[in-house]
Amino acid sequence: MADSLPSEFDVVVIGTGLPESIIAAACSRSGQRVLHVDSRAYYGGNWASFSFSGLLSWIKENQEKADTCEETEPWKDLILGNEEGIPLSKKDKTIQHVEEFCYASQDSVEDVEEAGALPKHSTSVIPTSSEVLEEASATTEEECVPLDGQSSGVKGEETSPESPSENNAKCPDDHNSVEVTSLGEKHSDDVTSDQSVSGTENEESTSIMDATAEPKKITYSQIVKEGRRFNIDLISKLLYSRGLLIDLLIKSNVSRYAEFKNVTRILAFREGRVEQVPCSRADVFNSKQLTMVEKRMLMRFLTFCLDYEAHPDEYQAQKDCKFSDYLKTQKLTPNLQHFILHSIAMVSEADCCTIDGLKATQKFLQCLGRYGNTPFLFPLYGQGEIPQCFCRMCAVFGGIYCLRHSVQCLVVDKETRRCKAIIDHFGQRINASYFVVEDSYLSEKICRNVCYRQISRAVLITDRSILKTSSDQQISILNIPSMEPDQPAVCIIELCSSAMTCMKNTYLVHLTCSSVKTAKEDLEPVVWQLFTIVTETESEGTGASVQKPQILWSVYFNMKDSSGVDRTLYDSLPSNVYVCSGPDSALGNDCAVRQAEAIFQEMFPSEEFCPPPPNPEDIIYDGDGTQAEDPRFSNESEANPETLPEE
Amino acid sequence: MHGRLKVKTTEEQAEAKRLEREKKLHLYVTATKAIFEKRKMEQLDKEALELTSQILGANPDFATLWNFRREIFLHLEEETPKEMQALCKAELSFLESCLRVNPKSYGTWHHRCWVMEHIPEPDWDRELELCNKFLEIDERNFHCWDYRRFVVQQSQVPPQEELAFSDSLITRNFSNYSSWHYRSRLLPQLHPDPHQQGRITEEVLLKELELVQNAFFTDPNDQSAWFYHRWLLGRADPEPSIRCIYVNREDASLAVAFSHPVAVAPASHDLIVFGDESPLVVRWHTPDGRNKPGLMWLCDLPTSALNDHWPQHTFRVLWAEGQSQKECVLFKGHKDCWSQDSVTEEQIFRCELSVEKSTVLQSELESCKELQALEPENKWCLLTIVLLMRALDPLVYERETLSYFETLKAADPMRSAYLDDLRSKFLIENSILKMEYAESRVVDLSQKGLTVLCHLEHLLVVTHMNLSDNRLHCLPPSLAMMRCLEVLEADENQIETLEGLPALPCLEELSLCNNRIRQPSALQPLASFPKLAHLNLQGNPLCQLPGVQSELAALLPDVATILT
Repeated sequence: MADSLPSEFDVVVIGTGLPESIIAAACSRSGQRVLHVDSRAYYGGNWASFSFSGLLSWIKENQEKADTCEETEPWKDLILGNEEGIPLSKKDKTIQHVEEFCYASQDSVEDVEEAGALPKHSTSVIPTSSEVLEEASATTEEECVPLDGQSSGVKGEETSPESPSENNAKCPDDHNSVEVTSLGEKHSDDVTSDQSVSGTENEESTSIMDATAEPKKITYSQIVKEGRRFNIDLISKLLYSRGLLIDLLIKSNVSRYAEFKNVTRILAFREGRVEQVPCSRADVFNSKQLTMVEKRMLMRFLTFCLDYEAHPDEYQAQKDCKFSDYLKTQKLTPNLQHFILHSIAMVSEADCCTIDGLKATQKFLQCLGRYGNTPFLFPLYGQGEIPQCFCRMCAVFGGIYCLRHSVQCLVVDKETRRCKAIIDHFGQRINASYFVVEDSYLSEKICRNVCYRQISRAVLITDRSILKTSSDQQISILNIPSMEPDQPAVCIIELCSSAMTCMKNTYLVHLTCSSVKTAKEDLEPVVWQLFTIVTETESEGTGASVQKPQILWSVYFNMKDSSGVDRTLYDSLPSNVYVCSGPDSALGNDCAVRQAEAIFQEMFPSEEFCPPPPNPEDIIYDGDGTQAEDPRFSNESEANPETLPEE
Repeated sequence: MHGRLKVKTTEEQAEAKRLEREKKLHLYVTATKAIFEKRKMEQLDKEALELTSQILGANPDFATLWNFRREIFLHLEEETPKEMQALCKAELSFLESCLRVNPKSYGTWHHRCWVMEHIPEPDWDRELELCNKFLEIDERNFHCWDYRRFVVQQSQVPPQEELAFSDSLITRNFSNYSSWHYRSRLLPQLHPDPHQQGRITEEVLLKELELVQNAFFTDPNDQSAWFYHRWLLGRADPEPSIRCIYVNREDASLAVAFSHPVAVAPASHDLIVFGDESPLVVRWHTPDGRNKPGLMWLCDLPTSALNDHWPQHTFRVLWAEGQSQKECVLFKGHKDCWSQDSVTEEQIFRCELSVEKSTVLQSELESCKELQALEPENKWCLLTIVLLMRALDPLVYERETLSYFETLKAADPMRSAYLDDLRSKFLIENSILKMEYAESRVVDLSQKGLTVLCHLEHLLVVTHMNLSDNRLHCLPPSLAMMRCLEVLEADENQIETLEGLPALPCLEELSLCNNRIRQPSALQPLASFPKLAHLNLQGNPLCQLPGVQSELAALLPDVATILT
């Protein structure tokens, strides 16, 4: 099927994680011919999101023992005398210690199948989102130059039975979702698209009704059956409202491909209790837990942090002290200190200095109010949407996509020490000038000098929120400070069903920390503080344990964190091969964006990085003269008038 | 070859834009012309509706066209209700599209009111929902707030629902004057205070105070909350009334002082004087003779009303508008008489904040002081403390109030003149209170740093006033309300001229030492003072002028002694 793949490109990108996808989009946007391949059957690499069955397949695959047998090297016959090959790894070894637990009742699981699931293919992993681009790769070249994203974009709503958007009907309670466009800031003066003034918006109330009606126990078979409601992120991240990723999404207009929801609550865990942190002006005003004086002290300190640089005398003397000690000198009550240190600045008590703490607080505060009362956005359908959005952008500008397409080796010219081509799994040689490789594809030989950090992850499906309030549709973030010196701080993100990541009446909880030991060892103490499990005897359920959410299902795993690796550590890599790292353990996405931009600038120093796309009216078509009659273009501009950049 | 798109250059873009604009302008002008033509011909048809909608869709602020549409609608009213309903519905959705162009267009909102008044079957719920939407986008759009009040009134939405709406907006963002204001209208309807019209019960008041405290502790620089706080602690304006009447036998005059500036026609039937129970024919005028609305009106009494045949004369003044009256008795041998409200009993100077709830005020003062300790420079907090102290007890807190004024002036130098005037007002009020306690007709306002004189209507019967050592730049025309003033000391001020000062009927002695009077002509008004005998001008620049004595003597021939 890849017979018709062209063999000349400018840039070949291997791996579809966030940095690779951004680079692919940037290259394609600036006119480069881009081939973007991934040996996996899904987009995103370790940035992907899975349906429940997809995740089960992924777990199975990663629990299998790695192939130790020596790989054959058929590519050796395909390279010339003045060339040498750098083999790429076939097996992804970034995931370790995968442990899955099911606590929901498991009767009659065998006959249950995911609703709308495809008959099982030979492929072991079923991605949540469509694979239509792969189809594009099979078509002839003209057809896969889709200037119009609608006809063969990454989403392909009509064509793919696997697309989540088909069943979910893409209406994730609109009044809370945020459209991130350059016009999308909160107080735009015009009343936009919502014409139906009388439109009913009772979704929230119905869901509350459901919750109060009868909290039915969710069984494992229900989870499996509703598996396509889940979009479970491998790496759990949020977008800072003024972070680099949001800026890039807006600038490049990639934001039109995604929808977002505001994180609704910042939580804190103090003295065994989960409570909401008042962080915005409205929160502080409405807070019932703070006294009047505390309100003033908190607001006063936060206002100071917002432009702390302007008042050097207030912190210079303690610049290098610990931030936690600095807070003690600021007339703040202990619970305010806790809120600021762990929930707002989200820094370590033991080793964060004043200046870094102030910086982190400032960043948090600057992000407040842009899209809502917290500084974070979450992409509907999961973090895995974001790399796909950039892939779509790349495809719109002519990039070619091939999933399940592995690369045997990079071909290096012995004389120039530059990489000139790849040889794919069909043995086809594809020439290009630049190569971008995700580091999990690099063989052990290349990486022998590198040592990696690890990220500990846990994903829980629970039956109720860690903090119950009037609305059950909340997206919350909770940072748990380290309880013992050698234990890491844990970041918890709880998602509700309207984030389009889990089925109704369940919550999806992500726990993340930098690893000390295995994921289970790192995260279990925190899990048992906040959650409980159903046991046969307890099912009568009285007393305190009822208050804690019950875990229905959970998985723990460790993920390699290659974000800090210096490129020079890779052995004998040609200079035109650029390496992208997998996800880091930080909450935001700045690291990936920064990396993508740096690599792009290194490749094309004179080109602008992801400039805004041109206005359709300003595009000149060859042959047809000046008229903008291309039906695909006019369709798109009518379909999305609100997402077009303002001139 | 795929990849790079060809994009128009900026010049090409600009040219394309220019052509587009030209085309638009042409269309606009043609359509406008056609509309005015139709209006002239009185063609009130659907085509005219269509034409005006094209223009208004682009420019909803074209008020004439809205008027034209209303004419057309009135003309079409002969159609069946069903057709009218359809027409109005179309109009409403057209209005929505106009509001999207400009959500703050007066004409559009006004027209919407008009349509809702004329539609056969109005759907008020939908209108309320529309207001919700617009206020969600811009919670301070006062056009929409106005429209909401119209909708609520028309469809009789219960006030508690509206209060809940105000709650939700304040929860989202409390910097919302409109929403706070809305509460001040709703709460007296929902929880009226049985004792005081326009106010709310103490229980609700305490809750509201807590809410508003949350706001100003969160952000003390946000004035919307402070304004609402002021309303919560305030009390209804007293009804306008007569404060004082004064009869002077010597010049046969009667003066009436009011609580509010009022207008009285010279031969008014609203303000009537009875002399011994028979109405007198009098002509009213103000002390300065200009007869503009003012706090004091005077009339000359017919000599017959003051004859010596009777042991006493009773004068009664009846004011129809304010439904108030006052009476005083002039005994034989007395030169004057009066009847005056007591400032202490009537608590005239405390009207800004209520006194009934002094425990509430006391606790508000405590929390404001707490806030002030945290935010020593916050002007709203300081000002509120001053007002609370005045409401609690102006004399007890006088010293403390003055020190807060100093802090306030330092914190808010832009308003120092306003604060000086406010301070002057408070000090004069205190002096008047003290004078009343002392039952004297002498008022000492010296050395108080006054920048302005006020409340002079309360000094109607004062005979001696000392204004020395203040910061006054002039003697205001309202000084003429002091009908009994005999001795006025105004040394050590910055007075430059007496221009505009009407005659003071009883003034005998005026001291203006060490002021800034440069020219004898600045003293011209004194020529009309009937009783002025002693004038002290020592220490003024004009004393240096050669021949000033003779010039002054010529100017003020009736003044016996002039010291220079």
